[in-house]
Amino acid sequence: MIQVDDVRKKFGDQEVLKGVTFEVKKGSISTLIGRSGAGKSILLRHMIGLDEPDKGHIVIDGKDIVGMKTPELNKIRRRFGVLFQDGALFDSMSVSENVAFPLREHRGLPENEIQDVVMQKLDVVGLRRHTQKYPSEISGGMRKRVGLARALALDPDIVFFDEPTSGLDPITRGAIYRLIENTHVDGKITYFLVSHDISGVMAISDEIMMIHDGRIVACGTPDSFRTSSDQVVQQFLMGSPDGPISID
Amino acid sequence: MRLVNFIKSSIVGILDMAEELLSEIGLVLMFLGEFLYWAIRPPFRIQETFRQLDFVGTQSILLIVMTGAFTGMVSVLQGYNAMSRYGAESLVGAATALALARELGPVLTGLMVVGRVGSAMTAELGSMRNTQQIDALLSMAVAPVQYLVCPRIIAASIAMPFLSAIFAFSGMIGAYIMSVEYLHIDAGAFMSAVRDYVTSSDVTQGLIKAAAFGLILSLVACFKGFNAGGGARGVGVATTKSVVLSSVLILFSDYLMTAIMF
Repeated sequence: MIQVDDVRKKFGDQEVLKGVTFEVKKGSISTLIGRSGAGKSILLRHMIGLDEPDKGHIVIDGKDIVGMKTPELNKIRRRFGVLFQDGALFDSMSVSENVAFPLREHRGLPENEIQDVVMQKLDVVGLRRHTQKYPSEISGGMRKRVGLARALALDPDIVFFDEPTSGLDPITRGAIYRLIENTHVDGKITYFLVSHDISGVMAISDEIMMIHDGRIVACGTPDSFRTSSDQVVQQFLMGSPDGPISID
Repeated sequence: MRLVNFIKSSIVGILDMAEELLSEIGLVLMFLGEFLYWAIRPPFRIQETFRQLDFVGTQSILLIVMTGAFTGMVSVLQGYNAMSRYGAESLVGAATALALARELGPVLTGLMVVGRVGSAMTAELGSMRNTQQIDALLSMAVAPVQYLVCPRIIAASIAMPFLSAIFAFSGMIGAYIMSVEYLHIDAGAFMSAVRDYVTSSDVTQGLIKAAAFGLILSLVACFKGFNAGGGARGVGVATTKSVVLSSVLILFSDYLMTAIMF
């Protein structure tokens, strides 16, 4: 389980996170939604220990990662998989080398076993035929799929997704959501997504949190979001420029 | 009144620049500490270090040979012009050899490597920073300084003395050809002057300088790339600053080392 408790962050005079609090249940698919610039990706960076909050706690399976020393944090990170917004693939490595990277770093397996795992993960994302290509030679959707294969390489307990479908066409977007659903094992692996693609995440999420103006303004199941009377939630769901969320 | 304001603003500008330079040097020194911390901890990135040795060293050889040869030839022409006024033409080879071993070899190699390798290191690491590849390393519990920076700095510090030696050797071949074939200086006199005046400590000093320049240029390049922000423009700015700061620090540290070892 992940607990985010009263997390606050300021950049200069601008307070981006103003006391964010929520819980992510173990084994669930939970999604944080909100407008672009609402602080979703910043919060995700805090949850994977890339940034430190000014105040607050982020507790992962009972351990607070805020202020944690790097070696201890790295032990927790080895249980993570992260799919970054544009895949963040290493452009000097081929597709298979990218997927093999975390295995080579942390598993110490013989090379033939590493290759078996790589092929198995690339099979899952449907990219077995593209192992020798470089990130610059594949499409945006394929890069995200390779990123997912790499995130799953160590069979993590938690996978974080930063805008997994941004910049993709509707069909590829659907394929990515199907992959997320298919690779998720209920009760065993926790998926935490950050997205503003409301229609897509409503279909696959167990729980949704909405961040607005640096705070969580709504939290619940997709059904409770659909029936919510909260004007902020309804404006976001409708995609309307008129309402309490101002366009700046 | 306008003149006073101009002088005032010029002094303020110079002081601001000096302050910025000092703070940059301070940050680079902190980065050096981080490099040393990770360099002595396993896993040692041997394969990546060899890849960088190939990039910094092997792939720079042609550039260094050409630059060295032309530098040696120009030094002979200029030296001959000055020395012939005193009837000391035969010493032109020794003067060129001393200059190449002690100064021109390490300094010009350093500046050439800054242009070819330092800028590429900054651009590559800056691009990795901007495309979240460095964040990806961190999220996979891999220390980016150990994985990306240590191999580059170690490779540059090892490769630079070899490149400097190649520069000096190419320079001497250029100097020999120019002196003997074009200026008709006696080949025996040229070689014996070189043997008489150039000592092993001259060569050693040059190699020590080259290793120090390798450390400086790769440290600055990695520091600037590692901290580059602001997309493509940020990478461009970081690369320019990396080349300027490395070049200034090479020339400044050259003076310091020469003053100490002279």
